[in-house]
Amino acid sequence: MSVTAKGQGRTAFAYLAPALLILGGLLAYPIYQLVLISLYDYGQEQVSGGAPLEFLGLGNYQKLLGDQQFWTVFGQTVAFAAVCVVGTLLVGAFLAILATRVRTWVRMTLFLAALGAWSTPAVAGSTIWLFLFDANFGFVNEVLGIQGFSWTFDKWTAFGLVAAQVIWCSFPFVMVTLFAGIKAIPGEVLEAAALDGASAFRTAWSVTLPLLKPIILVVTIQSIIWDFKVFTQIYVMTNGGGIAGRNLVLNVYAYQQAFAASEYGLGATIGVVMTVLLLGITMFYLRALKKSGEVL
Amino acid sequence: MRLKTLAAVLGVGAVVACAPVQSGPTNSGTDEQTGQLRVWLFDEVNRAPKEAVVKEAISEFQGKHAGVTVDVQYIQVSSRAERFKAAFSDPKSAPDVAEFGNTDLAGYVSAGGFSELDLGKWDESKDLVPTILDTAKVDGKTYGVPWFVGVRALYYRTDVFTELGLKPPTTLDEIATTAREIRQKKPELIGISAGGKYLFAALPFIWAQGGDLAKSDGGKFTATIDSAEAKAGIAKYTELIKDDICPPATCAGNGGDASVEAFRAGKAAMTIGGDFNRKSVDASSAAGKYGVVPLPGKDKGSVAPAFAGGNLLGVMKGTQRKTLANEFTQLLASKKYQQKMYTAMGNLPTFADVQKQVADSDKFLEPFTKTLQSGTKFVPVTPAWAKIEAQTVVPTMLQEIVTGAKNVDTATADAAKTMNAAFTS
Repeated sequence: MSVTAKGQGRTAFAYLAPALLILGGLLAYPIYQLVLISLYDYGQEQVSGGAPLEFLGLGNYQKLLGDQQFWTVFGQTVAFAAVCVVGTLLVGAFLAILATRVRTWVRMTLFLAALGAWSTPAVAGSTIWLFLFDANFGFVNEVLGIQGFSWTFDKWTAFGLVAAQVIWCSFPFVMVTLFAGIKAIPGEVLEAAALDGASAFRTAWSVTLPLLKPIILVVTIQSIIWDFKVFTQIYVMTNGGGIAGRNLVLNVYAYQQAFAASEYGLGATIGVVMTVLLLGITMFYLRALKKSGEVL
Repeated sequence: MRLKTLAAVLGVGAVVACAPVQSGPTNSGTDEQTGQLRVWLFDEVNRAPKEAVVKEAISEFQGKHAGVTVDVQYIQVSSRAERFKAAFSDPKSAPDVAEFGNTDLAGYVSAGGFSELDLGKWDESKDLVPTILDTAKVDGKTYGVPWFVGVRALYYRTDVFTELGLKPPTTLDEIATTAREIRQKKPELIGISAGGKYLFAALPFIWAQGGDLAKSDGGKFTATIDSAEAKAGIAKYTELIKDDICPPATCAGNGGDASVEAFRAGKAAMTIGGDFNRKSVDASSAAGKYGVVPLPGKDKGSVAPAFAGGNLLGVMKGTQRKTLANEFTQLLASKKYQQKMYTAMGNLPTFADVQKQVADSDKFLEPFTKTLQSGTKFVPVTPAWAKIEAQTVVPTMLQEIVTGAKNVDTATADAAKTMNAAFTS
């Protein structure tokens, strides 16, 4: 390495330093605290100085990973998040394509409706859905003529209802982003495909989709992270995790087991495990894409 | 293995470097005789009458103590856990005197939040009902003065019972048979509105059979929820949440409020409600056509032991005005102001003689005072109970049984395991 390259490296580092400092403060320190707390028996007594701190090492992790319920909830969370991600992407992509093919006023209406759903606060949205699907007075049951049917009692209808709500409030992001992506594809590329005699499906599959891949990548990772961390919808719509806790997802489980019960050490442990899992999923996804030849 | 070593090394490194924050000792040692006394009381749906009584007490107190002002803050019951946790962690933001629920006591005391009270010099304290005063004790030490008590009894619709020629149940077993008969003859009605999350309705069933949640052996708790007696009670209670009495799809997710709500809406022929539910029931479609009897026990004529809920007034450990705080607590919890609070809010007093007075003047209270006199019970007095409650161990167990996910034996065994884990942690 030449002297100038070294000097350039230093200059580059100096330029990056402020950003690194902020990242360090906002990201590294909380994660350090999270890991630290997860190694202790850290409850309300310890926080307010009523009891001495006890170092547990990996005790919290052993307890958590040895708990049958954790694995059940974990499985449910993965499946629930998967359904939400796939649903969000499908609905978002379908409507984005639709938006490119309809007249301006239809598109505007669609966008306004989507933005409405997007900007509704999660608690309000969940409550409105609960009203719509109320067993006795809900609009949906009245239309379907099934008054008295409780959507939130059965495990699967409850999960389905919450998943629908999650998809409803997160598809607009996918739709808007993909719509922008489709619009950004240069017209001449599509024209060339048309001149070569490619069918509409062939154009979509071999031209549009590869060009959209980076955008799809971003929205997929975003959706995975969001849907894995769903809290509000489950907490509000299933009244804190459903009948006998059968609609629990990791975040609600962590809140109930750890924070409501003032077991901050255990809560931090669940936080660390979730962070590691999400990092793992994201890494795996990135690597899979890299293998398929995508430039990242 | 390598990873484990690495983690252990990192862990030890972290301890040496730094440990999670802890706030310092909260006992201030000072005892000022003037200044502002800060008080936290719970907000209520209809707070005005409570506020009026409290204001009266304050002006009496300020009249006796020159240079002292009392500042009252009304905090929300729903966010109390966060408020109190914050107050314990930061004594500067904490009040001197606070109202709190008696089920929260053990957790607050072990968090070092409240100081021990010496009621010996307070004459009136000898008239406090002993079982109610017990709800203010941890390991034999008193940390609060019971301000009011709440018990539940059996509400029933007099019009429905008259129409069907029924009498209110006189034994625990009769509750299910009566409720079933009502729903059979009037399928649009719920026989008795019981809830899968309604712990305080389920407890009397367990206690009436001679069972309990846990037993204490010198402060060491062990779950007894899987004992034969407790299981008998749980079976009796969960029998109510079945399609022929209170369908699970409607009732399994209900807590106390939702259970009483079904009765208020005229959809249930019976429910288990508290003396504190009276005003809301009187303002509902069930007004004027309901009666209340004590929840019957196992044998004819007996009363099932009720849960002695209620609120305490206590002095915070970090207070800088200990004497003033004690005096204000004793004033607000005195017979005079409990009587006033009863008139204003309908809160049942905790003094035996005041209880008798109000019951004599108001026939409605009779089933409740009768329930109180025949003995009440309480949840395990240990900080672990707050954890067990937050983790919804018992409601989950009840819901598992009513949905058929587990039978009584398995569900109670699992609940006992979780409870024991919390007791020993």
